[in-house]
Amino acid sequence: MIAVNNINKRFGKLKVLNDISLTCNTGETISIIGPNASGKTTFIKCLLGIVLPESGTIYFGNENISGKCDYRKNIGYMPQIGRYPDNMTIGQIVDMIIDLRKNSHSQTDRELISSFGLEAIFHKRMRTLSGGTRQKVSAALAFLFNPKFLILDEPTAGLDPLASEILKDKIRKEKNQGKLILITSHILSDLDDLVSEIVYFNEGHLLFHKSISQLRSDTGEEKLSRAIAQVMKTKEIKTK
Amino acid sequence: MFKVIKYVMVDILRSKVAAGYTIFLLAISLSIFNLEDNSAKGLLSMLNIILIIIPLVSLIFSTIYMYNSAEFIELLLSQPIQRRKLLLSIYAGICLSMMIAFTIGVGIPMILLEGSITAYVMTLTGMALTAVFVSLAVLGAVITRDKAKGIGIAIMMWLFFSLLYDGLILLLMFQFSDYPLEKAMIFFCSLNPVDLGRILILLKLDISAMMGYTGAIFKDFFGSSSGVVYSGFVMMLWIILPLIIALKKFTKKDL
Repeated sequence: MIAVNNINKRFGKLKVLNDISLTCNTGETISIIGPNASGKTTFIKCLLGIVLPESGTIYFGNENISGKCDYRKNIGYMPQIGRYPDNMTIGQIVDMIIDLRKNSHSQTDRELISSFGLEAIFHKRMRTLSGGTRQKVSAALAFLFNPKFLILDEPTAGLDPLASEILKDKIRKEKNQGKLILITSHILSDLDDLVSEIVYFNEGHLLFHKSISQLRSDTGEEKLSRAIAQVMKTKEIKTK
Repeated sequence: MFKVIKYVMVDILRSKVAAGYTIFLLAISLSIFNLEDNSAKGLLSMLNIILIIIPLVSLIFSTIYMYNSAEFIELLLSQPIQRRKLLLSIYAGICLSMMIAFTIGVGIPMILLEGSITAYVMTLTGMALTAVFVSLAVLGAVITRDKAKGIGIAIMMWLFFSLLYDGLILLLMFQFSDYPLEKAMIFFCSLNPVDLGRILILLKLDISAMMGYTGAIFKDFFGSSSGVVYSGFVMMLWIILPLIIALKKFTKKDL
């Protein structure tokens, strides 16, 4: 379980996260959506402790993560733009991460490495890789340690349809194992059949957090993308 | 933690910069000792090179390395690794690699070709200076996000400690030449690690007599065992203080 209580964050004058509170239960697949620059990635970085919130608390299970690092043993994180040391090869990066995390997990899950065919290009240096291949490496690393929490930032952006399907299958498999999965995305149709709850961010505010079925019954729309569009429209009208 | 140090060191030692630095130092030390028939004179020439080149290369290389490893830092921070440990490991990795380059390039040739106690003191001083300036570089790189600014700060630090500071001290001495400044000079020298290193080596070279009355004061103070302990202690402060500030800043930084 992840419990976030009243976190705030500003970058200079810009308020990126405004009093966000959110509880995510184990077993759910939660999609964080919102327009660009709505604070999705900052929120995720706060969960990882890469960005430090000004106030508020974040709990993973029963542990307050402020100043801690051990809770990250249970997290698989796939960044939006995977940045890796240029002159290391894919194989070296994978080995390094395994080496650094060895004590926490004895079993590694190399399924994505093989299904993406990364072994064949293990000798390639990171700077020579295309954006899509980097995404594949990021995805493979996120799933490598069979973590309890998966945090995926725009997982399918930049992946070709084939790779995207492989990744979605993998996410589905993990979901069936009862893991808590957080996905940010603005491509709605991609997620339709995967997610169980939706969190909507806009300009640093959390607008709603609903389960899919509730959203559907509230808006009367069957398709997720239309339901979201419906909500956005009514929000706009309200603010006007 | 040791694993991170290992990865940083492997990365640096594999890069051409570290190899180039080693060969450059090796070429200088071999040519100086082969040109001078008097090895004590050779040591004196080595001294100037140590005091100019080591701070410069340590500062610039470490600063650039810190900025270039932004991706590496980002990658490791999403893993279960403490920020404090990560920064310390990176510091240790850079520092050890630079020390290895220095030992191969200057330390070993100097000890083999000269072999006096001064050669050992110079090697130790060079290592201490490396540690000091890598520490300052890490601090500069942690404080500024912008790479160009960070490198600018590194160059300014080098200019200040290597050139400007001595000019300021001279100015001070001329302005207050009517007053007994000798004790104060010892204090002012502690504020600059390069000066501290220079004095330590000059005293061991036994040419402090040429430095006049002040030299005699220094000899009296630094030459005694308490002086050596004092200067060692101040050098340690120069290594530890910037690192502590850098750690404080780094643990509160958004990446």
